[in-house]
Amino acid sequence: MATNNKEAFVTPLSQNNPILMQVLGICSALAVTAKLEPAIVMGLSVTIILAFSNAIISIIRKSIPKRVRIIVQLVVVATLVTIVSLLLKAFMYDVSVQLSVYIGLIITNCILMGRLEAFAMSNKMVPSLLDGIGNGLGYAWILVVVGAIRELFGSGTLLDYRIIPESFYQFGYENNGMMMMPAMALIIVGCIVWVHRIINKDIVE
Amino acid sequence: MVHEFSLFLRSIFVDNMIFASFLGMCSYLAVSKNVKTSFGLGIAVTFVLVVTMPVNYLLQTKVLSEDGIFGIDLTYLAFILFIAVIAGITQLVEMLVERFFPALYSALGIFLPLIAVNCAIMGGSLFMQQRIGLDSTSSQYIGSLGDTFVYAFSSGIGWLMAIVLLAAIREKMAYTNVPRPLRGLGITFITVGLMAMAFMCFSGLNL
Repeated sequence: MATNNKEAFVTPLSQNNPILMQVLGICSALAVTAKLEPAIVMGLSVTIILAFSNAIISIIRKSIPKRVRIIVQLVVVATLVTIVSLLLKAFMYDVSVQLSVYIGLIITNCILMGRLEAFAMSNKMVPSLLDGIGNGLGYAWILVVVGAIRELFGSGTLLDYRIIPESFYQFGYENNGMMMMPAMALIIVGCIVWVHRIINKDIVE
Repeated sequence: MVHEFSLFLRSIFVDNMIFASFLGMCSYLAVSKNVKTSFGLGIAVTFVLVVTMPVNYLLQTKVLSEDGIFGIDLTYLAFILFIAVIAGITQLVEMLVERFFPALYSALGIFLPLIAVNCAIMGGSLFMQQRIGLDSTSSQYIGSLGDTFVYAFSSGIGWLMAIVLLAAIREKMAYTNVPRPLRGLGITFITVGLMAMAFMCFSGLNL
């Protein structure tokens, strides 16, 4: 793999992470993470849509007129999102009900527009595809971490499989209902940003 | 009238776009550095919501749904049509405002193109679509064009209030001694989290 391609794939995972560094795509990251399963599904959906839309836009980038490029990008993304949304409804109905409007909101997820504008419009197809996958996974791992923390402490399970044993509850352990509230999602992401910046000292503001 | 009023209060405080459903978070975090610009963005968001949501409501009920003009269920086209309406209208509004209200344009101008991809606008329309199907006794129910106007306006006001509050806190926070790695993004997230907790006290309101 050429260094350029490798860079396009690796930097979004931590150094230039879409959520922690570029502050993109926060809305859905916070809203779908009350449980682990929707978080994983959401992360994968965004990765797939981002990879394909990056690849498609970079193939047709030379024939898109500058003035209408936003609309062209939105139409490509909206088509892909519709396909994913229908697939989820067909094969994973429960999860698609939990995700509700947030699948539709992938269209306006800033990660997509941000990467299309910043990368796919000026790069060849293969690096764009890798950039899409890299950014998608960079987004997905944050969702998975937040989802796991919230589900573990909020309901004592992971993927609906009980982790905290029943005997704990008999001794008076209680689930932290706060974790299921939207407010905690923000605070957990804040703490992840904190830890990430302690590890990577050079990006402290 | 009672229904409109409770929908109005509910959308501002209980179902606040930022604190309850995280809509428009990206621009919310990025632009809330000072009160003046965030007020401008808030007004622009409210304006675009009030213009686009009724159009999408008519599209949803008169064209896409089963009782529409085609008589078949076309709701799978909703994503593409909604985003096309939003992108088109923002472009149109930008041109009209530039032509007829230059003063307003210089205040809002830079935000309008950004708003086309603001999740608050698309999210508002998608929530509106979901709420049409609700039970008509619920205070979240949207059953007419009037309800849609009320919902769009009050969600916009809720968003405006949230961003101005955060901007005010951030202006004050510039003088505090925040731990270095937490500065900037980290502390902003935690502040918003605490604000969301404060707003949770409204969720007991029975409207």
